[in-house]
Amino acid sequence: MADTFLDSTELVLNMGPQHPSTHGVLRVILKLDGERVLGTECVIGYLHRGVEKIAENRTWQMFAPYVDRMDYVAAVSNGLGYCLAVEKLLGVEAPPRAQAVRVILTELNRIASHLLWLGTHALDIGAITPLFYCMREREYVLNIYEKYCGARLTTHAFRIGGLQYETYEGFEKECLEFCDLFEKKIDEYEELLTGNRIWQQRLTGVGILTAEDCKEYGVTGPMLRAAGVKWDIRKAQPYSGYEKYDFEIPVRENGDTYDRYIVRMQEMRQSVRIVRQAVADIPAGPILAKVGKVIKPPVGEAYVSIEAPKGELGYYVVSDGSTQPYRVRIRPPSFVNLQALDKMCRGALVADVVAIIGTTDIVLGEVDR
Amino acid sequence: MPDDTKPEGASAPEPTSEPAAKPGAEQPAPAEAQPAAEAAPAASAPEKPPAAPAAGGQPAPKPAPAAKPAAAAGAAKPAAAAAPKAPAAMAATPWESDLTRALKEEFGDQILDFSSYAGQNFLAAKPEAAVPILESLKEIHDFDYLVDVTAVHWPDKPEPFEIVYIVYSFARNERIRMKIRIPEGYKPRTAVPVHLTANWLEREVYDMFGVEFEGHPDMRRILLPEEWETFPLRKENSILKMDQHWVQENLGIESGQ
Repeated sequence: MADTFLDSTELVLNMGPQHPSTHGVLRVILKLDGERVLGTECVIGYLHRGVEKIAENRTWQMFAPYVDRMDYVAAVSNGLGYCLAVEKLLGVEAPPRAQAVRVILTELNRIASHLLWLGTHALDIGAITPLFYCMREREYVLNIYEKYCGARLTTHAFRIGGLQYETYEGFEKECLEFCDLFEKKIDEYEELLTGNRIWQQRLTGVGILTAEDCKEYGVTGPMLRAAGVKWDIRKAQPYSGYEKYDFEIPVRENGDTYDRYIVRMQEMRQSVRIVRQAVADIPAGPILAKVGKVIKPPVGEAYVSIEAPKGELGYYVVSDGSTQPYRVRIRPPSFVNLQALDKMCRGALVADVVAIIGTTDIVLGEVDR
Repeated sequence: MPDDTKPEGASAPEPTSEPAAKPGAEQPAPAEAQPAAEAAPAASAPEKPPAAPAAGGQPAPKPAPAAKPAAAAGAAKPAAAAAPKAPAAMAATPWESDLTRALKEEFGDQILDFSSYAGQNFLAAKPEAAVPILESLKEIHDFDYLVDVTAVHWPDKPEPFEIVYIVYSFARNERIRMKIRIPEGYKPRTAVPVHLTANWLEREVYDMFGVEFEGHPDMRRILLPEEWETFPLRKENSILKMDQHWVQENLGIESGQ
């Protein structure tokens, strides 16, 4: 074939790290044949702060605020996982009242995290309105956090052994008000998007991950459930009293971007359901178990994981019996899920890559730690 | 396994960080905290003691005050060694189930022991058996989800690196860990042919600990830049040391840390 100007074969395109649709500082190198993606490579680590190393130089309590800075849109979940892991090492359990409040705040956090995902994902696809709506509703959640502990994003809401703060006057009422308001809002988002033909055409059949792929790549969370695996750690290995609440695990079969969207929307409804139940029945009693001022877990190790908004968030903690962690390993869902990006992108169009990154719901603070 | 309360102080990379951190960790710890608190340099005096000493770990590299902390460590060590009454090893109990029997039958003495701690089960295996065991766990016993691969560094042991594999079975709703211990320079086989997810996880272990995996398709650093020189999660690489090195190398000035 003659070498003409138009006979270009493969093109390597650099996307990010400064790209609005990579949701942070993710750099993806795309190999393209025309509009088709032949392969991708992720370059990560721009936000690496060495959180695991910092842990070894802090006491057990002092490290707790650092985990909030990993998945900074779901800081409460991060904190819960860490507290549960240390509590496991110590062999203590948070009192029932603390557990209920933890569930409420964590589920609100799941809503907040999903709202941010929905807004930005829709924005990536070209729908601008949902972003404003989502941010508007997320504000209610953040206000509840602010009233509860003074911080909106990196909350450090929990302490090892329970809670630091008692709930404020009117906490239950505000949570319920939010639930009432928010259920209608989800309908509103769905009205905008679910049946929208452009939305469907951009998402359906894009970035398919089958259940097999998910297990192979260790993909968890809504992405796994969208592929038809009914697995949620809140049900499979309940923690913090989740077994007391009645809720469903939303599942879809196709494992494409559209199904992941549906799963996350339904998860928000389920979270509202859990919050309602938990608020209705916050037991009275202490909010902090007896852990002492100096936390010195016995020599040992534990792996504790929770269902964070993005998937399985695990903490592998090793204690040498001193006041400082010997090792804290964080198993971030975003990092592991991101690995499947290449699989999802192969054969897709460049425009789909944006949709696929959006649907993976990564937070680079957590990927890079 | 961690039977090293005193070796910790004796030859650990950041001998002073331990005692230095203790006064920050509040008053209680009675006997061993005292000498450290007195000997700790003026740095820890003001209102927020925890942040300052624990942050950098106040390790050796600083030339001038080096002598003092060393003395402090020396003073603190005997006390620390004398004080603890708790056993230094993890109080694990044996773990026995149908799974352990089946694995024992299949792998014999390749598996060193089955234990359980805090209700969580794990097994220790010989390094060369790791991947075959993962494979058997996946194919025969349904542990089809590799949750995590990570490592722990125990610098005082003859086999300083402990590689930890965490696997989960959807069918059995069970999570177990497998650990192997390897000496410096040993290259364990990669688990990528069994679980694709091991790819990035092993790269991260390499990035942080310098443990290379034999047969890995892409054994490069993943989070740190390619030209980074140290393996940060090794215990001998303190934050302060890495910070000073980086600042001097890249900015040509003394690090203010």
